[in-house]
Parts: sequence; C-alpha cells; structure tokens
Amino acid sequence: MSTVNEKIAGQIQQIATQLLESKEVALFLGYTQGTVPGAMQPFVARDVEDAKRLSWSSFCVVNLANYLPGLLRSLEPPRRPNEPPPEGPLPKVGVVATGCWSRNMVVQIQENQIDRERVVIVGVPSRGMVDRRKLQESVGQREITSIQEDDNSLLIRGNGFEKVINRWDVIRDNCQTCVHPDPVIYDRLVGSLSGDRNIPDRFRQVEEIEALSVEERWNWFQEEISSCIRCYACRNVCPLCYCPTCFVDDSRPQWVGKSKEQVDTALFHIVRAYHCAGRCTDCGSCESVCPMGIKMRLFTRKLQKDCLELFDFEPGLDPDIPLPLTTYSTSDPEDFILTQIRKGDEK
Amino acid sequence: MKPLAIEKTLVEDWLGDLCDDFDVFSPSMTKKGFYDWAPFQSGTGLQVPTGVPKSSIKTFFFPQPEVLFHFKASVSDPDAYRLKEPDCQERKALLFGVRPCDARSVVLNSMPYEPDPYFQARRKNTLIVGLLCKESCSTCFCKWTGGSPTGREGMDLALMELEDSYLVEPVSERGQALISSTIFRKPKEQEISLVQELYARKNGEDAASTLRGKELMALYEAPFWNQVSQSCINCGTCTFLCPTCYCFDIQDETLRGKGRRIRYWDSCMFPLFTQHASGHNPRGDKIKRVRNRFMHKFKYFPDRFGPVSCVGCGRCVRDCPVNIDIRQVLSNMLGV
Ligand code: SF4
Ligand code: SF4
Ligand code: SF4
Ligand code: SF4
Ligand code: SF4
Repeated sequence: MSTVNEKIAGQIQQIATQLLESKEVALFLGYTQGTVPGAMQPFVARDVEDAKRLSWSSFCVVNLANYLPGLLRSLEPPRRPNEPPPEGPLPKVGVVATGCWSRNMVVQIQENQIDRERVVIVGVPSRGMVDRRKLQESVGQREITSIQEDDNSLLIRGNGFEKVINRWDVIRDNCQTCVHPDPVIYDRLVGSLSGDRNIPDRFRQVEEIEALSVEERWNWFQEEISSCIRCYACRNVCPLCYCPTCFVDDSRPQWVGKSKEQVDTALFHIVRAYHCAGRCTDCGSCESVCPMGIKMRLFTRKLQKDCLELFDFEPGLDPDIPLPLTTYSTSDPEDFILTQIRKGDEK
Repeated sequence: MKPLAIEKTLVEDWLGDLCDDFDVFSPSMTKKGFYDWAPFQSGTGLQVPTGVPKSSIKTFFFPQPEVLFHFKASVSDPDAYRLKEPDCQERKALLFGVRPCDARSVVLNSMPYEPDPYFQARRKNTLIVGLLCKESCSTCFCKWTGGSPTGREGMDLALMELEDSYLVEPVSERGQALISSTIFRKPKEQEISLVQELYARKNGEDAASTLRGKELMALYEAPFWNQVSQSCINCGTCTFLCPTCYCFDIQDETLRGKGRRIRYWDSCMFPLFTQHASGHNPRGDKIKRVRNRFMHKFKYFPDRFGPVSCVGCGRCVRDCPVNIDIRQVLSNMLGV
C-alpha cells in the first residue's frame, strides 16, 4: 500500500513525463528528495529521465511560485532590459501548485510577473507541510537521522531513539490555519479537491499579540527579531519579492543600515512586511526557511487580517478582483489614515 | 606541554574563575530551540551539544559590524574629517567548547586576513578552549576538508570529554597559563590511553590536493552548475552561517554631522556583491554566483593558500532552505 504522498508523487511524475515528452512544456518545476532527513529540494526537470526524480512529501515548504518568473525568463531569447519580448508563443513551464502557491501565482499574474498562457499548473490540494522546528522540539532537539512518513504519522529515528508522532501536531502554523488548501487555478489536478476549511480562530496568534499593551508588543517584536542575521532568506524565498534592487540593498540613498544593529533590523522587517500587505498568501515559506527561527510570518499575518477586515479581501483567490492597494474605491475605509491630531483630541 | 585532567563537576567553577579575567562565551540553548553562542553564566549548568552551534565563532573575529573609524562631517567642527580609531576592546574574550572545525576556521581565515589589523587584534585578544569530538553529526564532514574530529589547530586548549572528567591538553603558551589552578590534577593512565585511542582514529582523504590538481576552466565550465543553481534562492544563509566565509562590504553611516565607517558581512550569493558603479555586473546571473561560492572555497582558495576554505562543519547543509548539499557539489567537483 502506498501512502497518499507516494500516490501524489507518482501522479506528478506521470503528468510531468507526459508534458515533457509531448514538448508541451520545456521545463517542469517540482520537488525532489533531499540529502538530509526532512529536506526536499525544489527541482527543475528538463527531460523524461529527470521527471523520474520528481517526488512529494510533507516537507515541501518552499513556495515554488518564487522560481517561476526567473525560469520563464530563462526560456526567452536574451534581450535588453526595456526591449519587449519577441513575437509568437514562448516555451512553457509546468509547475506543481498547492493552495497557497497557486494563490501566489494569481498575484504574480495580476502583477505581470508571469504570463498565465506560459504556465501549466498541476494542482495538488495541500494536506499541510511540516514545521521542522516543531519536529525538532518533539524529539527534545536531538539529532534526527531518518524520517519515515505515513499518512497521519511520522516515524522519527535518531541516535538511540525512535518515536512515532502525530503528523498534524507538527504541521506549520500557517497550514494549520489555512482555509483554502485547494489550488485556485490549475490545468491538471492531482487527487481530489478537499474544499475550503472552516477555522473560526484562524487569527488567534495575531489576536494574542494584539491583546498586549503597546509596550509589550514592542518588546515582543524586538525580542522576536533580535537574532536575525540579515541573510534575507525570508525575502528571497518570497514570490512577492521581485524588485530588481531591494530597498535594503540600495546604498544611494541608504534607506536602512546594513549591519546587525537592532534598529536597522527592525526597519527591514517592518518595511518587508508592509510591502507584502494585501498580497501575502500566508504560504509560510519565509518562516520555514529562516535559519534563526524568527516568526516573521506573524507580521504579514497581521496585515492579512487587517486587509480582510478593512477591505474584505484575501489575496490570490480571483485574478479578476484587483489587489486592494493598487485600486481605489470611494467606499474604502479611511479612519486608519493618520491625520493631524487637534489639541484636546489626544488620547 | 603535558596534559592535565579536570573533573566534570569542577568545570563550571573553573569557567566562573576565568570570568574575572575574560568575557567567557559558550554554547547555550536559545529560546528558539537551537544552541548558539552566549555569555557564560555560572550556575546555569554547562550545555555541550554534539556538533556545532548555530552560528560560527567568526562573529568574535569578524563582527557584524566592525567599526573601522569614527569621523565628524560637519564643517564647523574643529575635528571635521579627522578620523578617530574606535575604542579598542579592553577585556579579553574566551570561547569555551569550540569544536575542531570552528577552531580551524580561524586559522584558515587568518590567511587572507593576515595584513588586517582589526582581525588580528581580535585574534590576539580571544582565546579558544576547544572541545574535541567523540561523536559526529550526520552533516559533519571535517575529514574531507583536511580537518579531524580530534584536530587541535587554532586552539589554545583542547579538551576531550571522558566519563567523569575532561582531559585537558594545552596547545599554546596562553592556553597553558589557563590551567595553572589546583582544580586541575594529573591525568590517570587510563584517561591518557582512552584519549590516545581517539586520536588514533583514521582520518578521511583531504580533498584539497585533488582539487588543486584540477584544471580551473574545466571545473568552471562543468555541466552540473546549472542544476545546482536552479534550486538556489541566493540568500545569505550558507555564507553567513559559514565559519570560513569572510567577505565584507563597507559603508559610511552618518547622522547629524557624526559618522562611522563600518565593515559588515557580504555574500557572493547577493547580486550586489560584484555590481560595478557603471551598473555592469560580471556575476549578474544566479549560476555565476552559485558557482563562485564553491569555486572560491574549493579552487581559488586552495590554489592561493593551500587548504580548501571549508572546514566541513555542515552548517550550510543543515540550514540551506533548499537543501543544496555542499558535499554533493564537492564530489561533483572531484569527479570533473
Ligand atoms: S511574506 Fe511569507 S507567507 Fe507571505 S507570501 Fe511571502 S513567503 Fe509567503
Ligand atoms: S531569514 Fe531569518 S535571519 Fe534571515 S533575514 Fe529573514 S528573519 Fe533574518
Ligand atoms: S561551506 Fe558549509 S560545511 Fe564548509 S565551513 Fe562553510 S558552513 Fe561549514
Ligand atoms: S564563498 Fe563567497 S562569501 Fe564565502 S568567502 Fe567565498 S566569495 Fe566570500
Ligand atoms: S545554497 Fe542555499 S543557503 Fe546558500 S544561497 Fe543558495 S539557497 Fe541560500
């Protein structure tokens, strides 16, 4: 009996083989098995041989949408920055997409980062991905030497120990609170759609922080980012971050200091989060890849909650609904806009 | 220099005493669930993880940032544009529990930083109390890179953990001076023979000489780079956690007429690393940047200095978000 993930992997291989063989796509973007337990590697298959290496597990934590614009560009003939793309159809890329990844692709289409005609999306309804920190914690931070996945449990082995844990207990926070696990756009589907989920307290993590006093919140924020090493993995893994020169890299003017000073790190995190407002799909990649275990996803989660409350909008659900911060309507709420405080009005 | 021994129960007392003369640092469990370097605190119990802590010890020699000098930039100031050296670090630092790979990284980094006064001053001011490895993690591969789990290069003192005691071997004069207290005793015969046994374990093959023999352009043009680079997200995780990555950038930070020039970590993975003022970037594509990281460590560095610029600590293997495993790349390079 093969597991759910093994079946999904088999179907992905089949579809990829067919797409590559028929030359419908030039490249197929998926995942392959990594070299250390619980690691999966984003992987580009170019031919039928490569397609055999495609795989799937509960450890596919990097949002594949991130690679799409670059891969598509790599298939275009070289041209100058402002030269228009050549006439006629360009080679396509096949890509695996879970719910959030597909929502990011919708945002990428809306922001002209990818051309819908050039991607063949293979939808995979998501069962949630594992948080390796929760996993480490469940074995008392001991080194894990192998992980065997079953549908609802994980068998973890290390030097001198063996433990079976419930899969859902170590699923990432964003997946546990995800209400749209199904892909919203796709050309092929692996498995069957599971439907939207109802999670009444899905913003609980944010609400807990909102309930703190201003000072407590500031302390929480400072503490959370204090170990950041400014490696920018969180930024680089995010499909929303595609500026040719990021504000943190600019040196004329220098918007933000470059070293590990607390004030600079704080500014980086605040601005990064705000740049994702109304666009972030809570895919959780940023948090998954942080080597220092910083929960920066909570910053964007807060903005997601605000966006939902203020504009009744969730990013990536429909390519025809414009992003709230790129459009304007007279009924937009504006009471949060900072205005001059008149004397006597201060709280 | 003769080895001594110390009971495990007394190590904390010894480190407590050392705190009078040094800022002592040791690995400690963070709230985030991993070990990292932190000031040693008496009474909290020593924590010694297998393998290396999250960050390398390079921050102690190559801090993020290093202030190179201060200046005043307001014309009305009589001191305007006169450079002022930063206050030098007065207290010496002591790092306890440094694994052989990390200790060796300081020796390797000293090669390109030989003429650098900032790095060398910190090196003079920082003592390394090493802890040899009885066990390795699955990501460790020091033996391929010219190191060994019982290597003592770069250390001032080398400790080997035994049942109830540590065997303490002075490696340098200043290490010898650390163990003059009566807390230390003569080692027993049996302790010495146990350690000899560990020392005698066989080391793997050092990749450096093979790589030095390879033709540079053949490595540069090898077909596997494309596949490696396609998964990479060009972040700084591997190079920032790496003990032997030492690249930096320099900036002036000025505020209200006062300023400082800082040196801070840079990474060849970042597009700006080689960006010219003209806008031209010789490493404009991801593949060129990814290739540089490995070529620098395994070809350019050994061609120039001898050893490979990697100590096999496995940090980059452990924390690369997309599992680019340097051991795989290294064996690809060895196969060219
Ligand atoms: S900010 Fe984080 S959660 Fe949001 S889209 Fe980017 S990577 Fe995903
Ligand atoms: S990934 Fe983590 S350590 Fe790196 S910049 Fe982002 S928050 Fe900081
Ligand atoms: S390249 Fe990787 S294994 Fe080698 S020293 Fe750096 S972090 Fe350690
Ligand atoms: S690998 Fe890159 S960042 Fe590291 S030392 Fe070499 S050139 Fe510098
Ligand atoms: S090899 Fe891994 S850690 Fe290094 S830049 Fe690429 S993705 Fe980041």
